[in-house]
Amino acid sequence: MADDSQLSSGNALKLLLAWTFVGIPLVWGVFQTLVNAIKAFH
Amino acid sequence: MSAVSFLARERTIAAPGYSRWLIPPAALCIHLCIGQAYAFSVFNLPLSKLIGITQSAPDDWKLTDLGWIFSIAIFCLGTSAAVLGRWVEEGGPRRAMFTAALCWTGGFLVSAIGVYAHTLWLIYLGYGVLGGIGLGLGYISPVSTLIKWFPDRPGMATGMAIMGFGGAAFIAAPLSVWLMARFSTPSHVGVAEAWIAMGLIYLCFMMVGAAVVRVPAEDWTPPGYVAPAQPKRLVTTENVYVYQALKTPQFWLIWWILCLNVTAGIGVLGQASAMSQEMFKGQVTAVAASGFVGLFSLFNMGGRFIWSSTSDYIGRKNTYFCFFALGTVLYALVPYTGSIGSVGLFVACYAIIFSMYGGGFATVPAYLRDMFGTRYVGAIHGLLLTAWSMAGIFGPVLVNYIRQYNVDHGVPPAQAYNTTMYLMACLLVVGFICNLFVRDVHERHHMRAVEADAEVEAAPVFGRQ
Repeated sequence: MADDSQLSSGNALKLLLAWTFVGIPLVWGVFQTLVNAIKAFH
Repeated sequence: MSAVSFLARERTIAAPGYSRWLIPPAALCIHLCIGQAYAFSVFNLPLSKLIGITQSAPDDWKLTDLGWIFSIAIFCLGTSAAVLGRWVEEGGPRRAMFTAALCWTGGFLVSAIGVYAHTLWLIYLGYGVLGGIGLGLGYISPVSTLIKWFPDRPGMATGMAIMGFGGAAFIAAPLSVWLMARFSTPSHVGVAEAWIAMGLIYLCFMMVGAAVVRVPAEDWTPPGYVAPAQPKRLVTTENVYVYQALKTPQFWLIWWILCLNVTAGIGVLGQASAMSQEMFKGQVTAVAASGFVGLFSLFNMGGRFIWSSTSDYIGRKNTYFCFFALGTVLYALVPYTGSIGSVGLFVACYAIIFSMYGGGFATVPAYLRDMFGTRYVGAIHGLLLTAWSMAGIFGPVLVNYIRQYNVDHGVPPAQAYNTTMYLMACLLVVGFICNLFVRDVHERHHMRAVEADAEVEAAPVFGRQ
């Protein structure tokens, strides 16, 4: 089993894709919430 | 390859070289979808105007009737997680995630038919029952898999998934509003179309999670990780069978710990907006209050990851001591913030309270793993979620009824929440005492290899392969 710190390029690409897939909607949602919260404070 | 074999546990055993860091995104694919339940309230108002469009017509559904949709879903979450926990554990995460995806999407589609036909019971059945089962299955499906992949950091691993559940509303709320606006016309509210679209989006997302998820091989350990030869205090190396766990005081102590922590949090969660406006009349507008609620939700989400990760270093019991001790002080401090008119202090108190509310959810799977081992932790977690269902009833009832009682007896609205906050602080003291009594599970409850196999063979299980 590959060490966490010694990822193959294939694994690195899979990791990038997987985290991007879930990260983009989550970051977008958090950003929207922050924008609305800031608007509300103003 | 048949669909059945694709879903089988044996098909999900990771090949050498598979990175364990692919498991948290797989879990997030599920939790980011099912956590939509927290944003269901955005549909309540449009659902109450399906006929009248701009305002409720006499034949439109009442908000009180619509409130049951969410309640049924949360009830079904708890019961399905409790009843199907063992099925999830033994069939593996892919089968559970796949089934959860079908139930969750099916719930949206059946509910959309209910909107078209203007038949409320179809929505109860769809989103409430079918969707609720999807919620329960989806919530527990990745828990034990994450714990097995991250024996060195179980709190952090489960915290990441459960953080997704807390954060899903941030995605679902604006997405729902956008979809409804897209499908609405002057003579039609676009709820049904929005639900169909959301159901299909969630199906794709959850299927990706089901495809990516893997279980580690039996002999796999993380590189560099050496399992402790001797069990540490409050961290067992043994396993307890799922139904045997119910016979231990530890299970019921942790049940109360979760129930009390969630009761206190959920009780004020729904009232945070109204409370801030009433306590700081003239200082906090409705718009500002909604901004506070958004901020508190971020702390709820962040707390899930931060507190559960911290628990890997300071221990689960100490983490809950922090929740209960700090929580007691903060709940008791909230009335004082109102009396001195300090909005900043009020927001700071609430932000930390909500971080600990989320942290309580996220840390409990690792607490169960420490007490009962990894083998049935997902199923035991499923049983424990009944505490959440119970807290979902206790919390709001306590807050609403005590406030109303105070108002009816002449207490000014600004001070109507004081008794509630002190009561919540008392609940946390009880939680602290429960946590104090948690000890290692007695060895008579531990599974022995031969007994374990016999027990598994003898017990009935749903859809066992």
